[in-house]
Amino acid sequence: MAQVRFDHVYKTFNKVEVVHDISIDVKDKEFLVLVGPSGCGKSTCLRMIAGLEEPTEGEIYIGDRVVNGVDPKDRDIAMVFQNYALYPHMTVFDNMAFGLKLRHFPKDQIKKRVEEAAEILGLQPFLKRKPKELSGGQRQRVALGRAIVREAQVFLMDEPLSNLDAKLRVATRAEIIKLHQRIQTTMVYVTHDQVEAMTMGDRIAVLNGGVIQQLGAPQELYDHPANIFVAGFIGSPAMNFIPGAKVGTVDGRTSVILEGIGKVEVPQIYEERARAAADRNLTFGIRPVHLEDVNLVSANSNHGDIRSAIDASVDVVENLGNELQVYLTTGGKNIVATLDPRAHVTAGNKIRLFVDSDQIHLFDTDTGEAIF
Amino acid sequence: MNISESQASSELTSAPKTDKPKARKNSETRGRLLRRALGSGLLTVVVIALALIWSVPTFGLFVSSFRPASLITTTGWWSGLIPPWNFTLQNYIDVLQAQGLGQAFVNSLIISIPGTFLPMIIAAFGAYAFAWMKFPGRDFFFMGIVALLVIPTQIALVPVLKLFTDIGLTGEYAAVWLAHTAFGLPFAVFLLRNFFAALPSDLMESAHIDGASHWRIFWSIIIPLSVPSLASLGIFQFMWVWNDLLTSLIFLGGNPQRAPMTLSIANLVDSYGSNYPVLTAAAFLSMALPLVVFFALQRYFVRGILAGSVKG
Repeated sequence: MAQVRFDHVYKTFNKVEVVHDISIDVKDKEFLVLVGPSGCGKSTCLRMIAGLEEPTEGEIYIGDRVVNGVDPKDRDIAMVFQNYALYPHMTVFDNMAFGLKLRHFPKDQIKKRVEEAAEILGLQPFLKRKPKELSGGQRQRVALGRAIVREAQVFLMDEPLSNLDAKLRVATRAEIIKLHQRIQTTMVYVTHDQVEAMTMGDRIAVLNGGVIQQLGAPQELYDHPANIFVAGFIGSPAMNFIPGAKVGTVDGRTSVILEGIGKVEVPQIYEERARAAADRNLTFGIRPVHLEDVNLVSANSNHGDIRSAIDASVDVVENLGNELQVYLTTGGKNIVATLDPRAHVTAGNKIRLFVDSDQIHLFDTDTGEAIF
Repeated sequence: MNISESQASSELTSAPKTDKPKARKNSETRGRLLRRALGSGLLTVVVIALALIWSVPTFGLFVSSFRPASLITTTGWWSGLIPPWNFTLQNYIDVLQAQGLGQAFVNSLIISIPGTFLPMIIAAFGAYAFAWMKFPGRDFFFMGIVALLVIPTQIALVPVLKLFTDIGLTGEYAAVWLAHTAFGLPFAVFLLRNFFAALPSDLMESAHIDGASHWRIFWSIIIPLSVPSLASLGIFQFMWVWNDLLTSLIFLGGNPQRAPMTLSIANLVDSYGSNYPVLTAAAFLSMALPLVVFFALQRYFVRGILAGSVKG
């Protein structure tokens, strides 16, 4: 059993607070991703679990034990670094065996464990090589292997894929997911890449400015972002935001009215919340994939008459084959729409976009908090 | 979709890289290329000429040391190169047997080897602490050690000699070892600390998590990765100690049984006016070992020993 728990943790470097009141409960065998822009405190959190930094305030638990002040080597953790941190003068075998040798494992057991890890990672042909004779991907696998052989309770990974090229990154991402399924260890993974976060995490903690913005399952973060920051950070291309939204009644239905742009009906379950927030400064949010060419929607005839739509002028159209990435201007704001390739869009023309009103978001402009 | 995006962006960023050299090549005129080739050729010639001129005295010394005493005093060393050759080993035999320089050579070794390794080991420990251990006043003490670099040895000679005499060390090898260690430490700590501090911190952190103590990190990671800097420090310190006259002169207190080469050679000049023929052979003998040390350690000056540990 190795859950990791942050209990109101603060960290200050030279009077600058980089981590502010963080409480997270990482469950046993869970894959938790800490994601956020650079400088948000995510690496500091990871290093505090590892014992490379000490929290200024608050407690960190591994299992049932408070680990504040416990030496890194006594925390039963393994860590994979962004730069691999392989020992350059040692062979791949010795790199993986180093931690076991220091813990006085018998030789035959070291050999067995290293060979097992090498097999999982496909490193058997390279055991006698030095790190400089390996490619970037192979080096990263050695770094993973060094962590695996320890059979530690908690795996910590600090942006392990950011030094790999795009193709290798995708392949290694899948390998790490497989590895987690195979070895069933608690993993805490730090990244600035929301795609990695979405694809790998059982749960994601989004950090910004040393504060947890939201903690939840990937789909939950995508569907119900807690604030404008999370809404803009998770999902690619990012959510469109249109400030200056008003809540009013149109044709007897509560709607979000976007002056000079269009109107969108509020789903019934959110009507009450929308009306309660009517006198605040509001920002309307919609993801690019939830916009569509009105003509295509009418053709489907499911939606009958279009009650939620916005008007925009087309700036650039990028055809990716399976979809169109359309850059538009509406009410002086740039927005992006991901449309069906059959949509009739030409740069310079106007277009009416259907808005999937079940997928809309409304935020308080001043606090950034989501109203729904 | 995101994958294709990032691939596209990586292509975008890599594209200008391949274009650059081509563009540069095109814009470079033939005249400029010619001038550059001439320039580098001229530089090579100048460097070779300087090196030759620089080594003429040494070469002259080398030739003279093999010439009979009578010829050395009457003709220039260059006439020795013209046949008929009259080379002899007599000077070397004189030096090693009659003048007792054989013993001086051994004394020099007895002084130089501990005088090199003691400061290296102590400095390496100190440098590790300054680079990778956290303790209060670390930067202050390191600055203090760097500041000691500017203090000339001569200032400390009298007080240290008094101290050594009080505890009965004067005239012993240990006095010279200690003096060389102390005088060599500031530079050694400075050099090694800067090298150690430049090693990637991920390595130490990774080793800590793997379960290594500071002691273990020092021996298993720092030392193997620092061979080039240790080799250069070793050469510096060895040359310094081997060629040193002042420290031995003061702390060995004129004890001829323990005098190193430098001291004995200086005495040759004193007792015989200038016994030029013997002096040439003695001087060449004293140069031989530093040359051997230099060429032996030269191969450790290899770059890229860190290649493959971290991406950068």
